[in-house]
Amino acid sequence: MTLTAGEAVVRVENLHKSFGDLEVLKGIDMEVDRGEVVVIFGRSGSGKSTLLRCINFLEEPTMGTIEVSGQRIEGGHRIRSKRDQIRQLRMHCGMVFQQFNLFPHMTALGNVMEGPVTVKGLQEDRARRLAVEVLDRVGLADKAEEYPIRLSGGQQQRVAIARALAMEPDVMLFDEPTSALDPELIGEVLGVMKALAMEMHMTMMVVTHEMGFAREVASRMAFFHEGRILEEGTPSQIFDSTQFSETRRFLDAVL
Amino acid sequence: MGAGATRSPLVPEQRKRDRLALASAGVSFRAKVTLVWVAIFAVLGFLFWSASFDNGWIREHIGFIARGLTFTLIMAAGGIVLAITLALVGALGRLSRNPIAYGVSGFYTSFFRGTPLIVQLFLFYLAMPRTAQNLLDKFPNFLPTGFDDFFTWNAFQVGIVVLGLNYGAYMTEIFRAGIQSVSHGQSEAADAIGMTYRQKMRRVVLPQALRVVIPPTGNEFIAMMKDTALISILGQGIESMELFRRAQLLGNADVRPTEALVTAAALYWALTAVFTFFQSRLERRVSKGYVRTVVGGPKGRERGKVIVTGTGGGGAHGAASGYAVEAPDEFLDVGGHAHGAALPTVPEPPEEPS
Repeated sequence: MTLTAGEAVVRVENLHKSFGDLEVLKGIDMEVDRGEVVVIFGRSGSGKSTLLRCINFLEEPTMGTIEVSGQRIEGGHRIRSKRDQIRQLRMHCGMVFQQFNLFPHMTALGNVMEGPVTVKGLQEDRARRLAVEVLDRVGLADKAEEYPIRLSGGQQQRVAIARALAMEPDVMLFDEPTSALDPELIGEVLGVMKALAMEMHMTMMVVTHEMGFAREVASRMAFFHEGRILEEGTPSQIFDSTQFSETRRFLDAVL
Repeated sequence: MGAGATRSPLVPEQRKRDRLALASAGVSFRAKVTLVWVAIFAVLGFLFWSASFDNGWIREHIGFIARGLTFTLIMAAGGIVLAITLALVGALGRLSRNPIAYGVSGFYTSFFRGTPLIVQLFLFYLAMPRTAQNLLDKFPNFLPTGFDDFFTWNAFQVGIVVLGLNYGAYMTEIFRAGIQSVSHGQSEAADAIGMTYRQKMRRVVLPQALRVVIPPTGNEFIAMMKDTALISILGQGIESMELFRRAQLLGNADVRPTEALVTAAALYWALTAVFTFFQSRLERRVSKGYVRTVVGGPKGRERGKVIVTGTGGGGAHGAASGYAVEAPDEFLDVGGHAHGAALPTVPEPPEEPS
């Protein structure tokens, strides 16, 4: 999928998501253009993670439409034919989880090769070259043969980023990528993410409380409040001149 | 330990115990266990000798009885292959949202766990051919000729199928638990890179479930090898010439029933002991990626390893508790201490003097 700058990679229209009686997302509309880094922030329970998980259908939207790289899927009732569309859409989305979720029975290299080989059907040696290259990009080429258990949390998360990158996605979704890390390991992960944004111009949606990262890297920020986007703007608009007391209070609490 | 020197003259009994504990700490656990085994065998050997068994008879006939092991092995191998297949399908059925798959697997486990193995053997050996015969008589136009012959099996065939069905039903639960022990995050990670259900199961979930499933499956296999002895009651044909049958017939004929039984027990035991050894090696192999091996050092492979349990545990956060670790270097250090623990250390006195 080739897209020119300024074209929307991700389009979310009127997204609703309920868990039983609890409505977590109450109508989200959002577009993310190619090369944009959107930081999503807000209190826990405000629906930030649910939005990311709905975009690649780890959660089924109750209502609304998701479009990624031209693959457009209507939410709502489950239909069988949707399964293949969802798989197509997921191949355009790289996802990085809070808990890394590396495959513990595979080496770092094996983790990164898994998608290209199993899902894309890439030849083993080509996938290996690709995986080594991607691992090198996250600074872990020397750990290729290690199993996840022998890696630190920061290293594991960087392998997880490499695993997502190896699928050559159009957008990377980061779901609180540093929340499970010890403070001294957060920097290395944020560093890799920053390089992705600055050097590779990767389109990214990042749920995080790392406001330093947001100020430095985000092209746009969205403040989630009670299942809605309360405010959207550039980092300087958000940090320096927010109009909303909720945003102000949240920022005061985390900064 | 300086305190011990001052108080020990007061309580000589205590001092003696301390010395004993110290000496004991110098002997490895393994050596102690070996000693216990040697003692048990000495007692058994004494009993064996005192009971004045006809050792000549045993030596002469053990070969013939042992050839029944072939039967045991073939039957158990066939049974376990069938059982594993059924358990896998059954477990996926029990975890399925498809009502047919869920219902059928539910009936299967309920019936085969709810009736005795020996009853199932007779059901398939005696009742099934009769039922097929009756059905053929009733619907001769609908059923092909030879329908009844198709369902008439010899003891060997019944043995494999019934053992497979019965053990498969129990193992369905083992496999289901194994699959559920893989954390939800693993499944999501597989989904997120675009895997199909099949790919996810084959590449991510089942390999991890296997690690959990192998030890109990080994137990089931050992149990099944022993249950092949039940086939001997199905008849006197050549296919029933399994180990226990051989021992019984030969022992009764020569009026050496005790010798025959002891021989049979020893042979079954030897077989299961060999298998247990291989099982533990296999277990070690599949725990790759869960065991942080310490390189080097005597018996480093044995002592220095730390098995991380609770991977998954079912919860969404299982992955973190499972294998998120600190810097490996730090761990290597811990491994070193583990080695140290095997060295004689001064134990605490068993009780405080008043």
